Amino acid sequence: MRAVARLWSSSTLLRHLLVAAVALVVVLLVLGGVSDFRRFQLAEMAYLGIAAGGLTVLTGLNGQISLGHGALMAIGAYTAALLLPDRDASVPLLVVVLASVLATLVVGVLVGVAAARLHGPYLAGATLALAVAVPGIALTFKERLGGEQGLRVVLPDPSEPVLDAAYFLTGQELTNSGYVALLAWLTLIVTYVLLANLSRSRVGRRWRAVRDDEVAAELAGIDLGRARVSAFVVSAAAAGAAGAMLAFTVRLAAPSSFTLTLSLTLLAAVVLGGLGSLGGALVGAGLLTFLPQVITGLGRDAGLSDIRAAELAPLIYGVVMVLVVLVAPLGLAGALRGVLHRRRARRTPPDLVRDASPATDPAPDPELDPVPGPPRSGASSSTTKGTPA
Amino acid sequence: MKPNLRGPAPLAGLVGLVASSLLLAGCGAGDDREDDDGDGGGAADPGVTAESVTVGAHFPLTGVAAPGYNEIPTGAKAYFDFVNAAGGVHGRQIEYVVKDDGYNPTNTSKVTNELVLQDEIFAMVGGLGTPTHSAVVDFLNDEGVPDFFVSSGSLQWGDAVEDRPYTFGWQPDYEIEGKVIGQYVAENMPDAKVGLFLQDDDFGDDAEKGVRQFVDDQVVAAERYTSGNTDVGPQIAALQAAGADLVLSFNTPSYTALSQLVALKLGYTPQWYYSNVGSDPALVGSLLSEFSEGAVPGSESSLDGVLTSEYIPGVDAPDDPWVQLWQQVWDEHGEKGELTNYRIYGMSHAYAFVQALQEAGEDLTRDGLVEAMEEVGQDLDGPQLAPYRYSGDSHLGISGLRLVELQGGVGEPLTPVLTTDIGDVEITEDESGQADDAPPESGIPE
Repeated sequence: MRAVARLWSSSTLLRHLLVAAVALVVVLLVLGGVSDFRRFQLAEMAYLGIAAGGLTVLTGLNGQISLGHGALMAIGAYTAALLLPDRDASVPLLVVVLASVLATLVVGVLVGVAAARLHGPYLAGATLALAVAVPGIALTFKERLGGEQGLRVVLPDPSEPVLDAAYFLTGQELTNSGYVALLAWLTLIVTYVLLANLSRSRVGRRWRAVRDDEVAAELAGIDLGRARVSAFVVSAAAAGAAGAMLAFTVRLAAPSSFTLTLSLTLLAAVVLGGLGSLGGALVGAGLLTFLPQVITGLGRDAGLSDIRAAELAPLIYGVVMVLVVLVAPLGLAGALRGVLHRRRARRTPPDLVRDASPATDPAPDPELDPVPGPPRSGASSSTTKGTPA
Repeated sequence: MKPNLRGPAPLAGLVGLVASSLLLAGCGAGDDREDDDGDGGGAADPGVTAESVTVGAHFPLTGVAAPGYNEIPTGAKAYFDFVNAAGGVHGRQIEYVVKDDGYNPTNTSKVTNELVLQDEIFAMVGGLGTPTHSAVVDFLNDEGVPDFFVSSGSLQWGDAVEDRPYTFGWQPDYEIEGKVIGQYVAENMPDAKVGLFLQDDDFGDDAEKGVRQFVDDQVVAAERYTSGNTDVGPQIAALQAAGADLVLSFNTPSYTALSQLVALKLGYTPQWYYSNVGSDPALVGSLLSEFSEGAVPGSESSLDGVLTSEYIPGVDAPDDPWVQLWQQVWDEHGEKGELTNYRIYGMSHAYAFVQALQEAGEDLTRDGLVEAMEEVGQDLDGPQLAPYRYSGDSHLGISGLRLVELQGGVGEPLTPVLTTDIGDVEITEDESGQADDAPPESGIPE
């Protein structure tokens, strides 16, 4: 037992893989037990979660803000759509997803190189331009990219072995929605394992060092530009995978799906869930997926007209956002972590409390998320002051 | 570093628990999955009981496309309530579920999943928008959900029945509207230099196809705008520069207002034709004053002298027996607000859907509904000025329209009702007499 425990705490990879395996089992059980509609919703949660996960690594770990992740998702989605135009398309799905990631990766390198020279609001501005410009590409190349109406995506039927395996595992036919949801969650798990490992590795430490104090990082021999570019590229790749999953789920890649609103939605998911935590990104994605539908349903049950009920969702969503920022500035995951720490501190003998991090200060998460809580707004300004003119 | 002893144990327990339950599930399943599929047969289709039939629709209830369009479902709902109050169809109450897609195809996909899989609608009725509905048309057909009376004039709702057997269009498609105005121009304004102002999707493309059949050599410029981009200055300036003195515009109401404002600024005064979609005088008037921040006083007379088309009677004809019925329905069952052309549009296709339900008979099935519409669709009377084209080969809707000139928000007829079909089918005067009929006494199709 002790040996297992030692291995558990010493091998990050093993720990992440085990968590992933458990997650996979949970996903299979959940998908097997819910309705087709819920499966579509879960697929939506998964693609938002993948993109938000990438964004939270960029923003939480490296301190860069991107308003262009919706546009990066568009690149992934259009790549998938171009490879899956009709039922006869025989490109294996794994290849489709990898191609989507690769295409987004290339764009991520280009944008990342430009972005590495920019900070804060300037970077936000540059990626904002991306969000505005990318949907325009589809309109300009109307013949190839379908213009306003976009490109249909035809998901090939799952192969016999996949069907048999799914039937054996869950005891029911694999429906279309089940298939899509399964693909999306598998992708999410793979992405999260990669992101979690990366953020615990030397690369992740560099990203954090650059975020916390540029000058110190540079003195320690870290190439600031390279660290920023690599963070952007990794995060872009996640957005590409998310875009492919969106295309599978929605069965369409159209410019109006990738407006600035999507980019802001992703940022909202990250903030709602808790900046810098993968778990938080997933919680945020879940909220964004389920909240509007639940609220609209409640509104209708309360006797509101369809139009009023539809208008209620953005309102409540805004209120929730404000409440989270006011009451739980570290996001929902951050707040939960704070509560857990406080409880643990209370149960631990007093002499150990001194060792543990103070309950009020959000300590690094012991599992997936090694990020200190609040973004340190003071850090960059103080370094600027300290820099010789 | 202290190993965290409490960590792995509960986790291992969970793994064990989950794994064993998974195994149990697996054992139960076995691997002969071919054996027990099929759902028994004979079961009723979703959304139908002896007492009710549930139908749904997606509309932009919020967002940029909402003005005007979000009134359509309120009209349809008022008419369904009117029918329900009179006992429903074959004893079934019609339950009408509307979801907001904000005119965003991703959302359309989401809410259609919700309607079909969660709310279990029997049919989709009147889902609005070309780009939005394209996102779900294949899904609806794969699931075998009747997809009736799409609120859009794109050809794709009816020209390929084999590909989409469950989808039916309703309003005249954009190609026949283009043909009718094209022929009118060729006959009555043979010297006009024609400019085209087109929405850059099926709407503009289909219309252009129709128009060019007749006036190809008269066209001096064809300008396109992208829905969502509010700067149409370059397009209007290009039409002016090309010397177009007659502009045929196929655009949505916001772009009618925008193009009018830009033309005013440029001092450009051609004869305008706005397609039916973009020519609602009341809405365009209010948009004009809104966009110009009051500088241009918007009223129903803002479009005086503009040519457009009609295929159902609207609020400008308060003496029409159909409009009187709609007014009665709206007074009895409507929400707040006045009867508008959009609400009349909603009521009109709701009326057609009630006809379809009646024709499908007491044993209501999805396939039965489709068959009934293919069989008797062409003979159905209703507010439409020309007959439907429904058959086993075509699911395109109303076959014709008449051209009118707007004066004080009222359309003065320029032509009789002209009917035609897509392709090179001739344009002929309608002889069905539908334009002069009146609704049944009860207001419910018989």
